[in-house]
Amino acid sequence: MQTTLPQQIVPRLALWQKHGSTLTLIVLALPMLCFVFLPLLALLLRASSTMLLKNLGNSAVGQAVGLSLLTTFITTLLALLFGTPLAYLLARRRFCGHTLVDTLLDLPMVLPPAVAGIALLMAFGRRGLLGPYLTYAGLEIAFSQAAVVMAQLFVAAPFYVKSATMGFAQVNREIEQAAALDGATPWRIFRLITLPLAGPALFGGAVMTWARALGEFGATIIFAGNFPGRTQTMPLAIYIGFELELNVALTLAVILLGFSFGVLGVVKGVLRREFVEL
Amino acid sequence: MVSSFSQQRWKTKHQPARADAFALERFTMQRISVALLAILLISLSSCGGQSNPSLTPSPSPKTPKEGGTLLIFAAASLTESFQEIGKAFTKANPGVEVTFNFAGANQLAQQITQGAPADIFASANQKQMNVVIESGQVVSGTAKVFAHNRLIIVTSKNNPLVSKDLKGLAKPGTKVVLGAKEVPFGQYALDFLAKAAKDKQFGKPYEAAVLKNVVSYENTVKGALTKVMLGEADAGIVYASDLTPEATAKVEKIAIPTSLNVIATYPIAVLKGSQQTESAQRFVDFVLSPEGQAILTKYGFAAK
Repeated sequence: MQTTLPQQIVPRLALWQKHGSTLTLIVLALPMLCFVFLPLLALLLRASSTMLLKNLGNSAVGQAVGLSLLTTFITTLLALLFGTPLAYLLARRRFCGHTLVDTLLDLPMVLPPAVAGIALLMAFGRRGLLGPYLTYAGLEIAFSQAAVVMAQLFVAAPFYVKSATMGFAQVNREIEQAAALDGATPWRIFRLITLPLAGPALFGGAVMTWARALGEFGATIIFAGNFPGRTQTMPLAIYIGFELELNVALTLAVILLGFSFGVLGVVKGVLRREFVEL
Repeated sequence: MVSSFSQQRWKTKHQPARADAFALERFTMQRISVALLAILLISLSSCGGQSNPSLTPSPSPKTPKEGGTLLIFAAASLTESFQEIGKAFTKANPGVEVTFNFAGANQLAQQITQGAPADIFASANQKQMNVVIESGQVVSGTAKVFAHNRLIIVTSKNNPLVSKDLKGLAKPGTKVVLGAKEVPFGQYALDFLAKAAKDKQFGKPYEAAVLKNVVSYENTVKGALTKVMLGEADAGIVYASDLTPEATAKVEKIAIPTSLNVIATYPIAVLKGSQQTESAQRFVDFVLSPEGQAILTKYGFAAK
């Protein structure tokens, strides 16, 4: 005698077999999702639109936003300019010390930013390693806007270099070789084949660099100091303002949040449409 | 019968469920997702309801346990002196541990008003203590002044460019570090400059010239001092108490005349949210006692 399951249970069993693992995953993933989502939501709930509008006109806010945008733009540009050759070297050439260089490039990402700030001061400060030479050349770097860019570059550039290295490494050599066979010069191959094919990785890396530079605080305050209008970026203004000017700090925090979300969202949208899914 | 386009669209959209093999599963999955979303939103909204700006942590109903750990929020300028006071206190009161959180008094005040679980607050100025009092974390009238401090100018050693008197701060090209105006020692420095502006000897041009020389408004007094010690900045205005023996060896100091100097008052108070009010009060009493005052004087503070 063969027992058959009642008609109603069969579809439900099939349902569980098909979706049980997804359900479990969702339940297990929820805590992390909520944990990340909640503080951001709390920030938005605390900032009322009237407070935002009132503080947007505050000169400190405007200066901090402008300075952040300018310095992070320059930082990203410099990372692209100087990071690309390094990434290509790491991706395409084997040399002794390759692993060492690779590990060294990881360091700024894992070092506490304050350590980065101290290190930069020790290297480029007036009494630092290069201090005397810089002073001789008439350059005073610490406490300047250049110092802001350098602090951001130090902590954020490795993100681009890592991403670009992986991008260059996964470009199909056969395509490049085919182009070489057809008579293309190395520079043409790089410009028209390697670069476009590695594009998503380069672009993604640049965005990560920009985002990290935007949030940079520890190295900036130690190396560049805090001077409204000159070196006070948004994170510094938020930290210093976290007191009587709590509303200013909140306004800046919301702006920073909005920026980051907006840019990352747009970039992800562009990446999805223009390139192959990352 | 030729059905119109819209009629055909309606038909395809609203097919009876039983014609689709996975309709039941899709329906159930949607129900589950909606249920999860509802739970999420409900839990979030109940959390959101607590975003009251004047949130005060309600005192715990359990009896305060004596012999616990005191968490003391103290201004950064009190680092060395309070650490020694802490050691002397724990020696005299075995069973009580003290831990410190040293930072700019403005930052500490904010943390306390946002509900940080501190037992005692020692501020570098009355303003930050008032912030905490206004938020209801301190019983009005219980805050006591336990020390005074004065400002002093420090200049980097081996720097021939910086002249050895007050006017040196105004010399063009001198790199000066002050405190951010939100931080007590920064506000005190600005008060000193305002006083100098009214003085015939210095006047407004002096104040303007010094402010022009500022390269950084630091958020802790120790940070400002370190930059002068490192030689990255030429001069800074810090507290007299910051001249610890190691610091004195690394910087030159220029005294500020009493007529221009600013007296910083340091109040201390037990916080309402404290779980160890008795131990906390004992610590405050210790700070105000002759022994505590002697330690403070040793580190350059003036007695209450």
